[in-house]
Amino acid sequence: MNLFESFRSGVQSIMANRLRSGLTMLGIMIGVAAVIVLVAFGQGASNSITGSIEGLGTNLITVFPGTAGGSQADANLAVKDLTVDDAVALNDQVLAPDISAAAPTKRARVSCTAGTLSHGTAMIGSWPVYFEISNSEVSEGGYFTNSDELDGRRVAVIGKTVADNLFDEADPIGKEMTCNGVPFTVLGVLVSKGASGFGDQDDTIIAPLTTVRNHLTGIGSLDTIAVQAASSQTQAQAQEQLTVVLDARHDVDEATRDYQIFNQASLLTTVNQALGIFTALLGAVAAISLLVGGIGITNIMLVSVTERTREIGIRKAIGASRRVILLQFLIESTVLSLIGAFFGLVLAFLVTRVEVAGIQPAIVPASVLGAFVISVGIGLFFGSYPANRAASLRPIEALRHE
Amino acid sequence: MIPVLDLVDVTKVYGDGDAVVRALDGVSLTVNTGDYLAIMGASGSGKSTLMNIIGALDIATTGDYHLDGIDINHLDEDALSIVRNRKIGFIFQSFNLIPRTTALANVELPLAYRGVKRGERRDRAKAALTAVGLSDRMHHRPNELSGGQQQRVAVARALVAQPSLLLADEPTGNLDSRATADVLKLLDQMHDEGRTIVMITHETDVAQHADRVIVLKDGRIDEDRLNR
Repeated sequence: MNLFESFRSGVQSIMANRLRSGLTMLGIMIGVAAVIVLVAFGQGASNSITGSIEGLGTNLITVFPGTAGGSQADANLAVKDLTVDDAVALNDQVLAPDISAAAPTKRARVSCTAGTLSHGTAMIGSWPVYFEISNSEVSEGGYFTNSDELDGRRVAVIGKTVADNLFDEADPIGKEMTCNGVPFTVLGVLVSKGASGFGDQDDTIIAPLTTVRNHLTGIGSLDTIAVQAASSQTQAQAQEQLTVVLDARHDVDEATRDYQIFNQASLLTTVNQALGIFTALLGAVAAISLLVGGIGITNIMLVSVTERTREIGIRKAIGASRRVILLQFLIESTVLSLIGAFFGLVLAFLVTRVEVAGIQPAIVPASVLGAFVISVGIGLFFGSYPANRAASLRPIEALRHE
Repeated sequence: MIPVLDLVDVTKVYGDGDAVVRALDGVSLTVNTGDYLAIMGASGSGKSTLMNIIGALDIATTGDYHLDGIDINHLDEDALSIVRNRKIGFIFQSFNLIPRTTALANVELPLAYRGVKRGERRDRAKAALTAVGLSDRMHHRPNELSGGQQQRVAVARALVAQPSLLLADEPTGNLDSRATADVLKLLDQMHDEGRTIVMITHETDVAQHADRVIVLKDGRIDEDRLNR
């Protein structure tokens, strides 16, 4: 009696009790589907948040003025402003070889009008390299150039939301808009990044820094310096070099540092850790339903052993060993569990096609494999008690059973 | 020559203390190859206990039992299942076919447990079913067969593995007179082919088919006679 034949006889006896087997499988099916779907939702949430963080810029490190202690502490220390010269120094390839680009930014709240339409938004003044640092590409038109920056020309690149609100259906390229009384020519429209996690990333205007300072904000401290590391592997080195350059320029050390660093990579790590715990918790809750399904298997197999006591007796009388009987019932419970897992998988694939609360679930391959391995384990574990009971039946008593 | 069955002073005791029951109380019995033995006795005489011990389904409390020279009393459960598979073919009163399984698959089962390959198993099972006259009922399930046909499937299953001993426990107990005649004729035929048969029965006319009849009473052999 080889494994394949035992498998066939297992399937046969499952088919002999279709309704009962089906209901038992339902338990495993729901459990497996729950595990895969919930883990997929966790992964989907993680993908969505990671996506919006990466949308802020690739390998981005942001420098803010001020100390970690806030404005109270700032008052006590001689806090130096972040200056354009700081940004220039960070672009030095000798002092900071792992920094590929750094751009100063100055932000202004603006209210813009074009024709009869108006829209309030934030305008960011920076250098042309900021487009690359912040992952901002144009879908139509072009960028402003270094000469626009040097001459302080009144030109701007606008986000999709701004374009929709100010120009409606019309093509905004080359059109004029007036922001806080200053006229700007629109050069381009940015590729949409979508709205998720950090508000509407398309509700923005990017203009040359000189223009923003001259016409809107005045020459004060910069809001940030956006720094891009050469690659994701060199983020730590880039941050180290950034600190050395700025500490020297500001004449500060670790204790008296008058600027703060926000590292996108460490934010990603933290967020992913939190989401990982969240996903694991979801999976654990779902695993409870899988456990309940497993107990259902034990239950139905015990019924089956009792019902088939006489059959077991006959099999033993004509020479079935303990091992053969044990194997027969173990295979039966495992097949039951596996078929349930298969349908659970199908159900999970169907459910995860639906987007819920803006999250597109992403099935984790490991959870599919895991669900199958676990369902085989469940079949073996929860089937072992009934199978053992069957195998240790004494043939004369089993034969006498009515 | 080694006898097929060799029981020496076999006892079987159930329970202990005051509730002790001596189902078998010193039975000695020898059956040689080709013998056809009927065991008779009233209910409670120890027939079933003796049948269980001969069939290696149960172990004697004391005494020696050799089947084909194998010392049965000192085997563990797995070894007993191998002995039952190789040495004994069972025929039961209530047929005891596996439900929801075709006649052919039922007959194949002892060979499957022995590890015979699928093709050979099928051929031998078909031959055994043909030998009992059921070549046209191979793919029927037990519930689609009459009692007599079911018992003939059971005979085929008992024979297919070429056992040393055919052990029949009230083989005609659940059959009408025509099916009884069929099955007894089949057993006579097996006997003519030289098989060793032990049959338990309480019907005298059924016992007439055997060469030798022993009658049990209170766990002892009360009578041991030759029919012809």
